Amino acid sequence: MSQYIPVLFMLAVAGAISVGMVLASELLGPKFKFREKMEPFECGEVQASSSKQRFSIRFYLVAMMFIIFDIEAVFLFPWAVTFQALGVFGFIEMMIFILILAAGLIYIWKKGVLDWE
Amino acid sequence: MIGVVDLIEVLVKIGFIVVLLVGVFAPVLTWVERKQSAVMQDRIGANRADVFGFRIIGLLHAAADAIKLIFKEDFIPRGADRTLHTLAPIMALIPAILAFSVIPFGGTYTFGDREVNLVIANLDVGVLFVFAITSLATYGVFIAGWSSNNNWALLGGLRASAQMFSYEVTMGLTIIGLVMFYQSLSMVEIVAKQDIFWHWGIIWHWPAFILFLACAVAENKRIPFDAPEAESELVAGYFTEYSGLKFVMFWTAEFIEIVTISALCVVLFFGGHHIPFIADAKLIDCFSSLGANIANLVAMVIGVTVFVSKLAIIIFLQMTIRWTMPRFRYDQIMKLGWKMILPLSLIWIFVVGLGMLTNLIPRI
Repeated sequence: MSQYIPVLFMLAVAGAISVGMVLASELLGPKFKFREKMEPFECGEVQASSSKQRFSIRFYLVAMMFIIFDIEAVFLFPWAVTFQALGVFGFIEMMIFILILAAGLIYIWKKGVLDWE
Repeated sequence: MIGVVDLIEVLVKIGFIVVLLVGVFAPVLTWVERKQSAVMQDRIGANRADVFGFRIIGLLHAAADAIKLIFKEDFIPRGADRTLHTLAPIMALIPAILAFSVIPFGGTYTFGDREVNLVIANLDVGVLFVFAITSLATYGVFIAGWSSNNNWALLGGLRASAQMFSYEVTMGLTIIGLVMFYQSLSMVEIVAKQDIFWHWGIIWHWPAFILFLACAVAENKRIPFDAPEAESELVAGYFTEYSGLKFVMFWTAEFIEIVTISALCVVLFFGGHHIPFIADAKLIDCFSSLGANIANLVAMVIGVTVFVSKLAIIIFLQMTIRWTMPRFRYDQIMKLGWKMILPLSLIWIFVVGLGMLTNLIPRI
């Protein structure tokens, strides 16, 4: 695990920079508040509707497809590293796996999940 | 664990990378973006800021911007979630800097009996690490959009998260063929295997490079894929309600990600720090009359310079794309990701596998 120690240092440096910038903006900037200024920006109008509202189901569908296909990618990475050792057998096995997922892709394609109107 | 000398070495490398990213690339790229647009649109462009009459082709604008933005008011709108609103830029900036910790910016050099490897952390799963860390940036963007209590910000955040999810998958899949070729996920090992020019990723995997670059630009939400921050429809998208240094943090993250994408392209496709046809050992040999340590030092400086030059070329390519292309509609972006690049990258895995089994693509 010792190879991850420098990553922790990097994380600490990145964290210090980020928190430092937030603190600086908190401390150095002027503070001048009044009611009209604190309104959320809506092109100069009073906010017409709350931003905590419903949004299209498609965004959820994208997130679900992401999980399926990202797990596929995660399966592919270790296979790709050992690809040359596995030879023809491993290749055919993985192509069957990809074909099954491709069938899934074609299914959601035909169902219209990928169409945005 | 690690000794004192190791610690100093790590800190020097981290210092170099952080200064290069936050201190050099991020401010200079803000200038490049304006100056290049001016040149491409036949304007004179950013050249007003001056110190005692010295304008230095507008480079001082970066400093002027920084000073201006540091002293801006930190604005949080009414009804916004104050904690998340403050947390979002931190969560956007940290992954951007952190992803750079596994990217080798030079080779391995020996000084006395000490080996110096120019990478902050030589992880065995370097490629996966970069993908894992960059995907965390989605949280920062979405939380920014959600916590602002602003309709534009919410829409921008939603678009950004869906787009980043989509292209993350495809970005991973475009690299698989390359991993099959190099049989490794370690960035250092991938670079080491490119010391022969004919083993550079771009020679055998140029279709993957095109797909990868498209995915990477989309992942970074740059034009032509900038629907999440489309200023003509969403004001500024997910960071509409951000001002001052918090706004700078989102921009710094975006510019650092441009550098990270370029670094990934250089490491995976363009041989890292290698000069074509000149292997590391040969380069060190050229200067061996100066003594082993000096020869290594010279080779190191040359290696880092070559790496940064390649980086600059790919950054220039991305900037040129940014000022050449019009913005895609959101449905076109999703269509491109799921219906074109995803099937194409799966087909490319098949082609590479077939090519390597029939020895049309060499095994290394």
